[in-house]
Amino acid sequence: MKKRSMKGWLYLLPAMLFLGAFMVYPLIDVLIYSFEEGYNSASQTYFGVGLYNYSRVLHDHYFLQAVQNTFLLVIITVPLSTLIALGISLGLNAIKPLRNLFQTVYFLPYVTNTLAVGLVFMILFKKTAYTDGLINLMIQWFGGQSVDFIDGPYWAKMFVLCFYTIWVVMPFKILILTSALASVNPEYYSAAKMDGTKSFRIFYKITLPMISPMIFYLVITGFIGAFKAYSDAIALFGTDLNAAGMNTIVGYVYDMLYGSSGGYPSYASAAALILFAIVLTITCINLMISKKSVHY
Amino acid sequence: MKVVLEHLTKRFPSRSKKGDDVIAVNDFDFEIPDGKLIGLLGPSGCGKSTTLNLISGLEAPTSGRILFGDDDVTRLPPENRGVGLVFQNYALYPHLTVLENIMFPLQNLKGADRPTKPQMIERAKTAAKLVQIDGLLDRKPSEMSGGQQQRVAIARALVKMPRVLLLDEPLSNLDARLRLQTREEIRRIQQETGITTIFVTHDQDEAMSISDMIVVMKSGILQQIGAPQEVYDDPVNLFVATFLGVPPINVFDGSVKNGRLYLGDQAVLSVKGVSDQKVAVGIRPEGFVLDAQGPMEVQLNRVEVMGRDTSVVSTHPASRNVQIRSIIPARNKVDKEAAAVRFSLMPDKVFLFRADTEERIPVDAQ
Repeated sequence: MKKRSMKGWLYLLPAMLFLGAFMVYPLIDVLIYSFEEGYNSASQTYFGVGLYNYSRVLHDHYFLQAVQNTFLLVIITVPLSTLIALGISLGLNAIKPLRNLFQTVYFLPYVTNTLAVGLVFMILFKKTAYTDGLINLMIQWFGGQSVDFIDGPYWAKMFVLCFYTIWVVMPFKILILTSALASVNPEYYSAAKMDGTKSFRIFYKITLPMISPMIFYLVITGFIGAFKAYSDAIALFGTDLNAAGMNTIVGYVYDMLYGSSGGYPSYASAAALILFAIVLTITCINLMISKKSVHY
Repeated sequence: MKVVLEHLTKRFPSRSKKGDDVIAVNDFDFEIPDGKLIGLLGPSGCGKSTTLNLISGLEAPTSGRILFGDDDVTRLPPENRGVGLVFQNYALYPHLTVLENIMFPLQNLKGADRPTKPQMIERAKTAAKLVQIDGLLDRKPSEMSGGQQQRVAIARALVKMPRVLLLDEPLSNLDARLRLQTREEIRRIQQETGITTIFVTHDQDEAMSISDMIVVMKSGILQQIGAPQEVYDDPVNLFVATFLGVPPINVFDGSVKNGRLYLGDQAVLSVKGVSDQKVAVGIRPEGFVLDAQGPMEVQLNRVEVMGRDTSVVSTHPASRNVQIRSIIPARNKVDKEAAAVRFSLMPDKVFLFRADTEERIPVDAQ
């Protein structure tokens, strides 16, 4: 018996080594860093232990800006992208001709490089000396004032960032939801038809509960993904996100480590742990809500 | 409510462009009397489920009419026909409780037809009581056995008080013991409510045992309608004869010469009024009588004792089946060691069919 369990541990060893070296150890290290005050990465020394790093981060104007940006991004993009994806999936499920073509088209953004998409968005939105960008041309065409979406007012930049995020996360959601819709047994719809159920009621009483586990999955992963947003903002606004006022929490963590103002692993660790606390809280709330409204 | 089908036809377009249309239901023209239990019977793919879907309104016929009593319902949507349909897999909404499932059809009603909430609950409870699941109203379908789920499905179909109740393969998802119990149950519910009930099955035993009338179909074509015993005793063609009856009928290649039926070179029966020709012969297992002087000799394989009666398994050169199975009363002892056994035949258990069309050839009563 003892020999057998030894053998089992031996099989687990490679995975445990890798997980330990690249996951558990860094996690613990981050926790330790976040409490070490005045840590110097060059000399590997620190002055003391305490909550100063947290207090410093929480009083940092750039961090608060990043939190605000991240929350706005989450609150706007997660519900919107899920709703739009649901609408498109229902549409895709209802049509027969050209369904495959549309499915491919809707899936394309998923396989496109983030930075390439960012470039396209620059062409659409960026104002340069030569052109105001495609969107501004359209706004002017309808008689509106052109707006600088990349270097202009905060709301315009936020709009572009949200638009971009929704556009990037949509394909995956459509993919999941179309397959969820397709897996609903057609007998339920026949049964509903027998009773003359109105189409809204079919959607609300049958379709929605049937695909609720998938919607819940998308919402949870959507929240987590949006909280971890970073590359999208870089693709649109360049690497100096603090200057653009469009930094995200993960962006802040990165800047604290490697950015031009970087070299502070302690602050970065504290910020990262604050993000972790936020994501954990939101996910717990999501799980509590889902107990009532998700039907497995 | 009697149900009348007039020249009802349903074609499905072929999947490939070149192929012919599939005719699932071909020119059905018959009447189902009021308040009866009718079994639509046929092998898989014979169009029986399509027929049910046409009556329910889930599918529209290519041509022909459907009447409930004197109402032409051909163009009516399902909810206005007054039909209840029980699906093969029950199609109970898994996220709703039993009570909510049964109430679902009532909640779709509009205007003056719509009962108040207490009335809905009352009617749902009445329906649940009828199918004897009134103690399980708060359960989810996943917390119930297959038989209980089936009852919920029947209650849901009955709660709107339909004029016609349709059941699609109602017993196919149940185990053998529950199947026997449930078919009695369906019979009881049908008799208590008096609703004209049509059910689909491929199991002849099921159809024969509880139906007032059976409708035998094959490849979209109606073969025979009648009371189960009538159809069994008087099949119109070889297909109906082989489809009904357990163990199945024994089929032989035979010929008629001078009013005598020959199987191989044995003249086994006198058949008056039949002209000389090659025929297919069907002999029911119970049509064999052990008789040392009998005209039909078979090579004995084995004897299976089943208590009430004895099953004699044998071979005969003219048989189309590998083995012939004959059922004889247990008191007639068969010598298990014998190489051959002789039988005489009961004339009313022997059917002659044309060799080409497989239609029944009438034999004069003797």
